Amino acid sequence: MSEGIGARVLRKEDKRFITGKGRYTDDIVEDNQAYAAFVRSPHAHARIVSIDTTAAMKMEGVETVLMGPELVADGIGNIICGWGVTSKDGSPMNMGAWSALATEKVRYVGDAVAIVVADTKSLAKLAAESVVVTYEELPVVVGSVEALEKGAPQLHDNAPGNLIFDWEIGDLAPTDAALAAAAHVTELDITNNRLAPNPMEPRSAIATFNEAEDHYTLYTTSQNPHVARLVLSAFYNVAPEHKLRVIAPDVGGGFGSKIYIYPEEIACLWAAMKSGRSIKWTSDRTEAFLTDAHGRDHVSKAKIGFDKDGMIVGLKVETKANLGAYMSLFSSAVPTYLYATLLSGQYNIANIYCNVQAVYTNTVPVDAYRGAGRPEACYVIERIMETAAREMGVDPSELRAKNFVTSFPHQTPVIMAYDSGDFAANQKQAQDAADVAGFAVRKSEAATRGKLRGLGYSNYIEACGIAPSAAVGSLGAGVGLWESAEVRVNPVGTIEILTGSHSHGQGHETTFAQIVAERFDLPTENIQIVHGDTDKVQFGMGTYGSRSGAVGMSAIVKAMDKVEAKVKKIAAHVLEAGEDDIVIEGGAVKVAGTDKQMLWHEVGLAAYTAHNIPEGMEPGLKESAFYDPTNFTFPAGCYICEVEVDPETGVTEVVQFVASDDFGTIINPMIVEGQVHGGIAQGIGQAMFENVVYDDAGQQLSASYMDYTMPRADDLPNYSVHHSSTTCPGNPLGMKGCGEAGAIGSPPAVINAITDAIGNNNLSMPATPAAVWTALQDVSIKLAAE
Amino acid sequence: MYETNFHKASTAQDAAALLAKSDDGKILAGGQTLIPTMKQRLAAPSDLIDLSQVSALRGITITKRKKMGIMKAEGGETITIGAMTTHSEVAGDAELVKVCPVICQLAGNIGDPAVRHRGTIGGSVANNDPAADYPAALLALGATIHTNAREIAAADYFKGMFATALTDDEIITAVSFQAPAVAGYGKFPNPASRYAMAGVFVAKSVEGDVRVAVTGAGDNGVYRHAGLEAALSADWSAASVEAVEVSADGLMSDLHGNAAYRANLIKVMTKRALA
Ligand SMILES: Cc1cc2nc3c(=O)[nH]c(=O)nc-3n(C[C@H](O)[C@H](O)[C@H](O)COP(=O)(O)OP(=O)(O)OC[C@H]3O[C@@H](n4cnc5c(N)ncnc54)[C@H](O)[C@@H]3O)c2cc1C
Repeated sequence: MSEGIGARVLRKEDKRFITGKGRYTDDIVEDNQAYAAFVRSPHAHARIVSIDTTAAMKMEGVETVLMGPELVADGIGNIICGWGVTSKDGSPMNMGAWSALATEKVRYVGDAVAIVVADTKSLAKLAAESVVVTYEELPVVVGSVEALEKGAPQLHDNAPGNLIFDWEIGDLAPTDAALAAAAHVTELDITNNRLAPNPMEPRSAIATFNEAEDHYTLYTTSQNPHVARLVLSAFYNVAPEHKLRVIAPDVGGGFGSKIYIYPEEIACLWAAMKSGRSIKWTSDRTEAFLTDAHGRDHVSKAKIGFDKDGMIVGLKVETKANLGAYMSLFSSAVPTYLYATLLSGQYNIANIYCNVQAVYTNTVPVDAYRGAGRPEACYVIERIMETAAREMGVDPSELRAKNFVTSFPHQTPVIMAYDSGDFAANQKQAQDAADVAGFAVRKSEAATRGKLRGLGYSNYIEACGIAPSAAVGSLGAGVGLWESAEVRVNPVGTIEILTGSHSHGQGHETTFAQIVAERFDLPTENIQIVHGDTDKVQFGMGTYGSRSGAVGMSAIVKAMDKVEAKVKKIAAHVLEAGEDDIVIEGGAVKVAGTDKQMLWHEVGLAAYTAHNIPEGMEPGLKESAFYDPTNFTFPAGCYICEVEVDPETGVTEVVQFVASDDFGTIINPMIVEGQVHGGIAQGIGQAMFENVVYDDAGQQLSASYMDYTMPRADDLPNYSVHHSSTTCPGNPLGMKGCGEAGAIGSPPAVINAITDAIGNNNLSMPATPAAVWTALQDVSIKLAAE
Repeated sequence: MYETNFHKASTAQDAAALLAKSDDGKILAGGQTLIPTMKQRLAAPSDLIDLSQVSALRGITITKRKKMGIMKAEGGETITIGAMTTHSEVAGDAELVKVCPVICQLAGNIGDPAVRHRGTIGGSVANNDPAADYPAALLALGATIHTNAREIAAADYFKGMFATALTDDEIITAVSFQAPAVAGYGKFPNPASRYAMAGVFVAKSVEGDVRVAVTGAGDNGVYRHAGLEAALSADWSAASVEAVEVSADGLMSDLHGNAAYRANLIKVMTKRALA
């Protein structure tokens, strides 16, 4: 079947996106719609002394101004963190209260203090500016290391020393012993820079309360509308679950930042009820920098030991994770269970120990951003492997290869049980594609042009398809991470797939249709994917953690199994044959080896007319399923980056980037390549360009594109993307997931290449021209001194 | 954006009159700086006076210099660029590229295509962003800034970051300069904004005067670099630049690079401007 699994079907959704006909939240206009603007704190840390709304309330066209104390009095709950992490001493995490509108204190620049509702957007902004808030400024701390120091400013009373938790995994004593006995030990200080997610579409919401029906509707930019509804009702008490419809229409990118339920959505729903108006709020780009959850921000010390043959004997990592001013929805899981559990990398490591201290600071809350914890883990292990190889004077790819896990399943010392993979095959494929053998020649040719050429590897592994509900439950998750689907075959044979996954750039309308086309041998144009509406889809846990393929599609497969069984029963009954003899092919349901058949739509019709179906069978042809995975999936691969550095300016050009990925079964290679391209662009972005910078007062110095460097087309190479796959044994399609791999695997490859080129390993991300030039000066100063 | 009153001027005088009449009016040229600033609510002019319909302010004229009846080929032509001439018009002007290719190259590397199709030389010079490209060119070329009231020498015009000699209601009508004998521009773009982190314009006039102007790097806007000028006056070569000590004093440090890095860039960009 030309449109089935493995076909490069063009994206069905692109017609509306490319012609500007997408329907995003801000495109939607409700009757009686007003606009919200937020009064935000200009200080990173301050006590609210008083708020004067008189001027705003007097303005013609201002509906209402609402503040924190009233929100609390109305019983609107504090914002939750959905994953409890326990400190090594057994104590629960110290979670400070986060009210959607601040009550006593503000803790980061942008913290919402009041919501202003007015007839027009511009009036709402004007009125918000006229609200006079008197603050008593408090001392500020922005870095995780500084926040843990004695005497640092305190953010939350119940988090002494700003420590949220002090968590560990693995065994300390054996790891220390292994490192003490090692023939060679490499140590590295590693910073993983803070990133702003920057989806193309900023966050937006429209909240409506229909008093006559006692019913709420929220349009919002969400990666998981059902989770939003659940949390909004169960924890924030803005509306009961059965009286709240959440719709996430077309959503222009998320990268994790649209998983969470932010203060703005809560405040808009509440204010809609209070004011009787539909309320729209759309973030502008500055607000996005100031309020969308940031990513990464780890400071780590790592130590790895090898025996005399170059086999790893132990790995010890200490990490300080900056979680910002408040704990966002999955913030606790990111630097723990999504991070330290991947520190074994692709290697056999008998002893691993990791300690993570999570810290409050006067910065934007930090949560999952494309890769979420796994890029941080990959960066630690792949930077230190490359560094160790250089110190020991061995080929970095050989050092990796001799330590590869080669038999599966493989239980690491840090929870994960790898189920499949062929790491050597990925490395070989990447090396061949990159012509590693010819590197020395290319390096000397570059030298004749005055350029320093370097090559770096990254052999990543990650865990996605999150996740087995019981497993994550035992680790502290407040939710199950299954997925649900419904397959509706209409009386005319066309099919609707209702999925709990949410597409915000991933191309689900195409790939999900492909697996249905494959199964029932139908054209994809007969298949419609429905998602993003809690009134249509039965339930869903949404899209993040590269789970829509491995978990979301598996739910569809389970539902299709049930449909297929019923189709065969009906056909066997009508055609008077045995169920086992029925086959589905070429748009028909046939008795194998005969010319007896029903056309596909005739089965649909038979099911709905119910004139002639087996006795006792319910009419209709619609099945639903919930699928709970049995394990994480483990995409892995080998990335090779080659750079040229201009030593006069520090400008680095990525001249070659090769990826060899193992994603298991690939439904649509074109879409998968697109995901890899985008992921690598974000990874190169982190490695060379992007950085959220705060000054000591907690002001973001990089809160616009004049200072926050997004990677652009001319900064990026033509990627050479390859696949060498092993089938995932954990799910029916054998898929591993591809959404985050590029962003996870690429940063260490880039930094390993640049440090190779400049001969100085002391280089932090982002490797801007100034940073690279400065590192080069340090090399020349050292050389001069020798 | 705050509410504002929009006016379309038909002539420069008309614009000046509208400007004088308004409470806190502003000229709108290409809008590439002013509109984003207004959108961020950092500027709130009461009135916008749009110059886009004033055709007299648009275009490039080149007057050949005659010397003893013979046309001089190597520079000296007087180039006048109307204030409303866009960066893309400067970049693509077939006559200008023959007499002063470096100005076309400079204009062609400002921002991105959208910015170049709307942004104007008058707007750039009026704004005097400390990282803009034109100020370095005009200072090094010894240009004249023409306004509705007077002519101002570039040396007297640029007064530090975003500061100029313009009075409140003054409108730039054109800039003019003599085509140099030799000139070059080395720009190191800021990775995020792509304005200059260090831009060095080197020029030698037909009379042999050497000027070197630096943008993007100084902590108070565009300035001339005496050390580089002395070196290049003595010997117009990269080797002589190499011998100059470029101090980091008075240079800007920010999240994109410190003063030492910018000092290095000034030297490297000067050499590249000569290449
Ligand atoms: C993304 C981006 C990238 C850019 N990159 C660069 C770059 O690399 N290099 C660079 O040099 N510039 C760059 N710019 C700025 C660009 O060159 C603008 O064109 C310039 O700064 C302003 O010109 P404008 O015509 O848009 O003026 P406007 O924005 O319309 O006006 C700017 C200011 O000048 C005043 N003004 C305008 N015209 C006159 C006049 N004739 N008389 C008196 N006052 C006047 C206005 O009142 C206003 O205060 C960039 C801009 C953007 C948005």
